[in-house]
Amino acid sequence: MTQAEIETVYDALAAAIDGAGAGKSELFLAKLALLLSRRLGDATAVLDCIAEARRHLED
Amino acid sequence: MRPAGKGATESLYFDYPRFDPPQGAARAALDAPARAVIVGAGPVGMTAALALAREGVASVLLDDKSTFNDGSRAICVSRSSFQILDRLGVVGPFLDKALGWTTGRSFYRGRQILEFEMPDSADEKFRPMYNLEQQYIEAFLWQAVAGCDLIDARWQSEVTGVADREGGVAVTVRDPQGCYTIPADWVLACDGARSAVRGMRGLRLKGENFEGRYVIADVQMEHDYPTIRRALFDPDCRRGGTVLIHRQPDNIWRIDYQLAEGEDAEEATREDVVRDSVAAVLKDIGHEGPWELEWWSVYSANTLALDDYRDGRVFFVGDSAHVVPIFGVRGLNNGLADAMNIGWKLGWVLTGRAGPALLDSYTPERRGATLDVFANASKSARFMTPPSHGWRVMRDAALSLALDHEFAGQLANPRQMTPYVYARSPVVRADDPGFAGGPSAGDVLPDARVGDGHLSDRLGPGFTLLCFDAGLSRALAGEAGMQAMVLEPGSAAARRLAAGPGSAYLLRPDLYIAARWHDARAEDVIAAYRAAICKSGD
Ligand SMILES: Cc1cc2nc3c(=O)[nH]c(=O)nc-3n(C[C@H](O)[C@H](O)[C@H](O)COP(=O)(O)OP(=O)(O)OC[C@H]3O[C@@H](n4cnc5c(N)ncnc54)[C@H](O)[C@@H]3O)c2cc1C
Repeated sequence: MTQAEIETVYDALAAAIDGAGAGKSELFLAKLALLLSRRLGDATAVLDCIAEARRHLED
Repeated sequence: MRPAGKGATESLYFDYPRFDPPQGAARAALDAPARAVIVGAGPVGMTAALALAREGVASVLLDDKSTFNDGSRAICVSRSSFQILDRLGVVGPFLDKALGWTTGRSFYRGRQILEFEMPDSADEKFRPMYNLEQQYIEAFLWQAVAGCDLIDARWQSEVTGVADREGGVAVTVRDPQGCYTIPADWVLACDGARSAVRGMRGLRLKGENFEGRYVIADVQMEHDYPTIRRALFDPDCRRGGTVLIHRQPDNIWRIDYQLAEGEDAEEATREDVVRDSVAAVLKDIGHEGPWELEWWSVYSANTLALDDYRDGRVFFVGDSAHVVPIFGVRGLNNGLADAMNIGWKLGWVLTGRAGPALLDSYTPERRGATLDVFANASKSARFMTPPSHGWRVMRDAALSLALDHEFAGQLANPRQMTPYVYARSPVVRADDPGFAGGPSAGDVLPDARVGDGHLSDRLGPGFTLLCFDAGLSRALAGEAGMQAMVLEPGSAAARRLAAGPGSAYLLRPDLYIAARWHDARAEDVIAAYRAAICKSGD
């Protein structure tokens, strides 16, 4: 993915989280994670990403 | 519980019998020695008595009540339970009355997200699941028990003591006319989840307590829907909750709904509250006609078991040994499998056909099955009653996705009832890696079409060696308790068993596979048979 593509995704995610409305962003992100995992078709890679994403949450 | 003004057994569809305690001349021999005493004539105790009788062993069966259990309680009876009832020769009335089913449907906010089919085919003699009220289960078992000379059943007879004595157990019984003590060789404690025998032996169930609580209510109504399990997630009638609906015989419908976290169980089981909750569910499923409330109760999802199902000469069987959540529909089904397992084993040991070490295989096999239920049930429970925020978010994500994506709907599949494999049992031989498929050693035998009937109809009463070579069967003719059965190579049965012309399967009386060989030799079969009945030393 190019830098420009990442930015497009970044913008779309921000808009979708806002669009999900109060209290629904978590549900939206969980659905998205399941869908992306299925597209990726690689459970190990997903588990790696889960571990990555858990880092620095408290900062 | 029943509606105000009704007695505990005043049912809309079932006439409860009333049983007297032993009377008159029968009382003279109440304290005669017994080879086996069974405490509790619930479904498990009666099945255990029938399993012992099938092996020619007499028993005394004691129950403190004067009739059957008060409500329909367990209603889903699995194929493996029907196979047990068939082996015991009592399946007829069950088949006539029960409603067989194969399909489940799950709905999320009123829209169907999943339809699942449980495995079924013409090779199977029985459907994967049947719905039948527990009173009928008990009544049909009782019919067989009452007609069996080897079972001395005594109602209104409460066991108040089980003390070890030289070579046995002293069982103290109290009935309306007095107290007496039976010197027994063995005791089967089938006295349910609150087992008094367990307490008397100083034993405790251990494990996790799930907080999930359900109200189960039965209503009678004319309602046009096939026998299909319906699960309603987050329906209008119970936002955030889950509702299950099952059809039972006699126009009875089971409605089963989860209580919310803060909901008070006492309040939720008040008659007017139950009526309102049921009415809301019926509105959701489009039932507009009249209905009558039959019975209701509250049930919590626990996973508890004894560490050892054997305590000296006392065996714990059914709910006295384990309490499991209802989602896997294993409470009763697991108990029947326990009863069959200990029944044939104790029967073979008491008639000298098996060595006493066979009894030590009861706990690893049946407790293993319970732990397996716990693992599966915990998975279902987490979906039905998410225990924390994280589980709830993911569950809701899956349900929401399932509206358009089949893979997410599969997460709602309860995967009910595949019998546990006794792979690590001390009396099951390690599986033969020579097979490219078929059931493995420790698995229950899959049925198959043979001629115009089924394989399971043709098995011997004890062990059966299924083989495809008449020469092998002749070499085993001298083994007592084992019968060989020669099947056609290339037949439907051979395909289901992934068998070649030299293959053989050794089946136990409970239809579990004790050993299998892709290319069997007679001396290996004989050695495995003797190991399976703990007679190798003879
Ligand atoms: C309210 C309720 C709802 C349930 N719902 C479901 C369900 O929806 N699905 C499901 O799969 N399972 C359900 N179960 C569980 C299911 O009913 C049990 O798994 C099943 O009944 C177990 O059979 P059992 O024979 O081991 O025990 P029980 O049926 O409990 O039988 C034990 C018997 O022992 C007798 N007894 C007890 N103490 C003594 C004594 N000291 N002396 C003599 N006799 C004694 C009792 O009177 C009773 O008859 C439910 C249970 C309850 C209580």
